[in-house]
Amino acid sequence: MDGILEGFSQALKLIVTFDPDLYEIIAMSLRVTLTAVIVASLIGLPLGAWLAVNRFRHRRLTIAVLNALMGLPPVVVGLFVYLLLSRAGPLGVLGLLFTPTAMIIAQVIIITPLIASIAHQAIRDLWAEYHDLLISMNASRAQRIRTLLWDGRRALLTAMLAGFGRAIGEVGAIMIVGGSIEHSTRVLTTAIALETSKGNLEFALGLGFVLIALAVAVNLTIHTLSGTERASTW
Amino acid sequence: MKRVLAALALLASAALAAVGARAGSGAGTLRMAVTTSFQNSGLADVLLPEIKADTGIDVQLIVVGTGQALRLGAAGDVDAVLVHARTAEEEFIADGHGTHRREIMYNDFVLIGPSDDPAGISDSASATDALQRIAAAQAPFVSRGDDSGTHKKELTLWKAAGIDPEGSWYRPIGAGMGAALNTASAMNAYVMSDRASWLNFGNKGGLELLFAGDPALFNQYAFIPVNPQKHPQVRNDLAQRLEAWLTGARARALIDGYRIGGEKLFTFNAVSR
Amino acid sequence: MGKARAWEGQEDARPLLPLELHGAEARVRGKRLLGPVDLTIGRTGTTIVMGPNGSGKTTLLRLMHGLQRLSAGTIRWNIPRAQARERQAYVFQAPIMMRRSVVDSIAYPLILRGMNRRQARARAADWADRVGLGAALHRPAQVLSGGEKQKLALARALILQPEILFLDEPCANLDGRAMREIEAILLDARAGGTRIVMATHDMGQARRLASEIIFLYAGRIHETAEAGAFFARPATAEAAAFINGEIVE
Repeated sequence: MDGILEGFSQALKLIVTFDPDLYEIIAMSLRVTLTAVIVASLIGLPLGAWLAVNRFRHRRLTIAVLNALMGLPPVVVGLFVYLLLSRAGPLGVLGLLFTPTAMIIAQVIIITPLIASIAHQAIRDLWAEYHDLLISMNASRAQRIRTLLWDGRRALLTAMLAGFGRAIGEVGAIMIVGGSIEHSTRVLTTAIALETSKGNLEFALGLGFVLIALAVAVNLTIHTLSGTERASTW
Repeated sequence: MKRVLAALALLASAALAAVGARAGSGAGTLRMAVTTSFQNSGLADVLLPEIKADTGIDVQLIVVGTGQALRLGAAGDVDAVLVHARTAEEEFIADGHGTHRREIMYNDFVLIGPSDDPAGISDSASATDALQRIAAAQAPFVSRGDDSGTHKKELTLWKAAGIDPEGSWYRPIGAGMGAALNTASAMNAYVMSDRASWLNFGNKGGLELLFAGDPALFNQYAFIPVNPQKHPQVRNDLAQRLEAWLTGARARALIDGYRIGGEKLFTFNAVSR
Repeated sequence: MGKARAWEGQEDARPLLPLELHGAEARVRGKRLLGPVDLTIGRTGTTIVMGPNGSGKTTLLRLMHGLQRLSAGTIRWNIPRAQARERQAYVFQAPIMMRRSVVDSIAYPLILRGMNRRQARARAADWADRVGLGAALHRPAQVLSGGEKQKLALARALILQPEILFLDEPCANLDGRAMREIEAILLDARAGGTRIVMATHDMGQARRLASEIIFLYAGRIHETAEAGAFFARPATAEAAAFINGEIVE
């Protein structure tokens, strides 16, 4: 119990003293994760909607694969991206290994299936409700998808926030492809791993509390701005 | 409805702003794979700012186990490596991945165990004697088990002691030094660590340094520039400048003068050319 | 965008109607829901589809509108089928409310046809006024009362000025006032040239609106008649029993 309290007070101290290293790490965490969420959403949301409204041959298989990919161990994704971006790998010439871009790529691969899958479920339900109306109004396929994405925006925001939650707390993949280089690619999770390996458990836990606070802050900000989770809206 | 758009716009601009704040990388940046033990010693925090001041080189450290460090070097993903596993290093050179191997400094391994020392290793005559006593007492021993430099060293010592460590008392955990120390602390077990990681370790619990000083426990660090003939993009020019600095007088003073809790950790032993 | 101007003028100058069904059948997994049905919907009048629950009223409307797949027979509009859909509208028994404000919901069909948002909103606001939703323009559609939702659905259906409007028991579960308001809107639409085909359970509503009655029983058309004649002299025993308020299964 002492250790946990100590971790909590470490977190408070770090935040109120405006520790510059901490804010640098937070900024990097936000930069990598928010970019990854946006990219993954641009892929995952339309993909989820498309899967919801189209009937094709291997649809069931595709959805099963998508759901299975949600359980992909991040370390495996990290290795995959490492082998891709390594100088010896096919995309080595781009020199992306150990950069924030590499971490973003890994996170996009990790959270796109999650976002697409949640989007698919939400859009599928909305499509069941809207089906007759949209057919009756002769909406084209693209118009249907656009309408469903817009009208499902609140559920899709939830999907994006779920993706954010998974990405911000991810360590295995970004450790491998980012390298946790101080002042360059170190983020909250890899900093926590580093402090744990040094046996600074209370400090590591303090960073963990900072991570949670950050995730809560981002969620609150998004909900406030979008007006969701309030009684007055539908 | 506009609120959702506003929220998305905020997300996008936050991400873009963060992208704009891209950390410095470019002309003077060298990537070096180093072992966890070097990073955990805290010596890097002393050396890197001095290197930057003297040579202008931004050294970015990729902290991994020796095996992975050499793998990164072989793939050309780093410009140089600083590791401590002689046999593996020589293979690395022989395979043409590195230009040459330059010894920089050494520290030493120590044997850590519960303060009541159930196997009685604190008055051992040698490192092998200490390991024999642990095996005889079947006292819990945590091994890195991760093919790292430290792990390889430990296996060499068991071999020298004539013991094939096996049984429920011997616990290879397949993880880094910090994790091994955390595990030993939780289990009140024996463990072999480099001195630097041990001194900087913050979760000692009931553990104590029980045995050290046998030359067999010395731990030589060597610097290897990655071969630019194999990987044209590596910054061999920077690696050469860094090597010159690491083997120079400034490095000697900083390395020999580095102390944790009054204890000297590293001994500079580069031979000037 | 070939249909960009469809809300203003039709590409095909010919009228949409008459609509002709020959031997039309709807089956789901081999089970016959409706038919075979032979029927002509002419250019003028108000057709009321009546019959007990499960007699096939909804299926008939959906079949004509193209929401229900035809299993056998033919359905023929006066113009090619691809263009026919654009000129029809449908109001469902349980109105489908989008996650949008009232004005955006009503503007939705115009935006689908490529009208710019500002223009579409202005026209939608106009229609909201006409159906009595002028004060609720910016409320979420989903929080409206049952009657308001059905009025929104009507405005949304009528905004494209369809040549034919199908309604599936639009007043089920509504109170008398809402029903009267909806009937007034329908009379307006009819005066504006929209052909109305509506299923209803309400005998009074049928008497007030109908010029023609289709009486369905067990998936077949039992009787098609001019409204006055149907109520005065029903041709079959089932229709007579239905009119007299007896329980007909």
